[in-house]
Amino acid sequence: MQKRQILDSQQLEITLSRLSQQLIENHDTFQDSVMLGLQPRGVFLAERLKQRIRQMNKTEVPLGYLDATFYRDDFRRRETPLKPNATNVPFIIEDKNVILIDDVLFTGRTVRAALDAMTAFGRPRKVELLILIDRKYSRDLPIEPNYIGKPVDSIFSQRVLVQWKEQGNTEDSIWLMN
Amino acid sequence: MQQLSVKHLLGIKGLTRADIELIFETADTFKEVLNRPIKKVPSLRDITVANVFFENSTRTRLSFELAQKRLSADVINFSSSSSSVKKGETLLDTVNNILAMKVDMIVMRHSSPGSPHFLAKHIKANIVNAGDGTHEHPTQALLDAFSIREEHGEVAGKKVAIIGDILHSRVALSNIFALQLLGAEVMVCGPITLLPKYIKELGVKVELDVRKALQWCDVANVLRIQLERQQIKYFPSLREYSLYYGINKKLLDSLDKKITVMHPGPINRGVELSSDAADSDHSIILNQVENGVAIRMAVMYLLAQN
Repeated sequence: MQKRQILDSQQLEITLSRLSQQLIENHDTFQDSVMLGLQPRGVFLAERLKQRIRQMNKTEVPLGYLDATFYRDDFRRRETPLKPNATNVPFIIEDKNVILIDDVLFTGRTVRAALDAMTAFGRPRKVELLILIDRKYSRDLPIEPNYIGKPVDSIFSQRVLVQWKEQGNTEDSIWLMN
Repeated sequence: MQQLSVKHLLGIKGLTRADIELIFETADTFKEVLNRPIKKVPSLRDITVANVFFENSTRTRLSFELAQKRLSADVINFSSSSSSVKKGETLLDTVNNILAMKVDMIVMRHSSPGSPHFLAKHIKANIVNAGDGTHEHPTQALLDAFSIREEHGEVAGKKVAIIGDILHSRVALSNIFALQLLGAEVMVCGPITLLPKYIKELGVKVELDVRKALQWCDVANVLRIQLERQQIKYFPSLREYSLYYGINKKLLDSLDKKITVMHPGPINRGVELSSDAADSDHSIILNQVENGVAIRMAVMYLLAQN
């Protein structure tokens, strides 16, 4: 299988640092802001951003893990069954500014399901979307991210592989697979 | 991605250990859903489930119905006392008529052992056995094992004593299968007349003295005397049964370790379990009921995908 590296660990560091600064720029002290990492891999990204914001700003941003499996619209329509992951949202999002965080944005269907899943924890004042890799021109739904790590041109048959150190990889790396 | 190896949940027999572990993992996530401010997910929104109960039930039926509603399924209920079964319709005709109204899943309780297996041969819809006579009651066994896992961390290696009317109990049989599959040691205990003749062939220990059984086990699953299934006298009187086999707080306190007490309900207080034992901190009876909804959500969610 052919693969091309989109970001190596050094480039990723730079991108993460920019994304954190953008978040600080828009949310200042994060007084009414919370982060929701999407299961399974968005939570790794969310944890990294939380860490960086803590270092740069001395602020502790509340972070929850959100699993959208039960809210997907392709249940019973896929060939492989969906396996749910744990949801852990230890706060109420009523009237908060929510930052949804995921690693890759493709068709937008996961984000749609996540928007649905989120409402079980209250009515947020505002929702933003942060994405590490934006696969442009592939959306099925009118969903666009507010913060983008890196936009990528790709065709449908390709796949973006995100490898985090937390998953047991030797270093962070992001690939485009053919 | 994992999925169940079966299309119907007819009994624990026929499931693999991997199936049960998948059900437990899925139930863990549903348990979290049940503790949210909004306890509902839209997973089964395009599914219609019929609860077909040919035999009385409170807990199981409520638990199934709640599980279906929490999954956003459409639910219809049927009980034989208020239906055409009384007019002479056969089981297959009744179910086929229900299915003609485009129902995707049947949850059935019936007094005849094997009736869901019969149905599975003739219809396409997913079937969940909610108890067939004295044969099996798989979701009860799953929620019992799930509750043991929750209380003790794991089921493997635990010693479980099933105490009471083993002969007439579908809960006992399903529990034996499930616990053995998960690697627990199982003992049955009760008056000799209420133990099936060939029970030892299932690989369980048999004990007639309830005190010894309690002393041996980590978990005691206490069963009700099923008077409605007993056509002859199996023991002289309920009072005598209670004297020899009833479990009370004093008996539990006299053991040299703390054991967990479970009961599938309904409890006959003062017969198999005294009030002070049923309401003591040994008891996880209400946890079992809570887990029942999560387990049933997991079972229906997984079956709907197959």
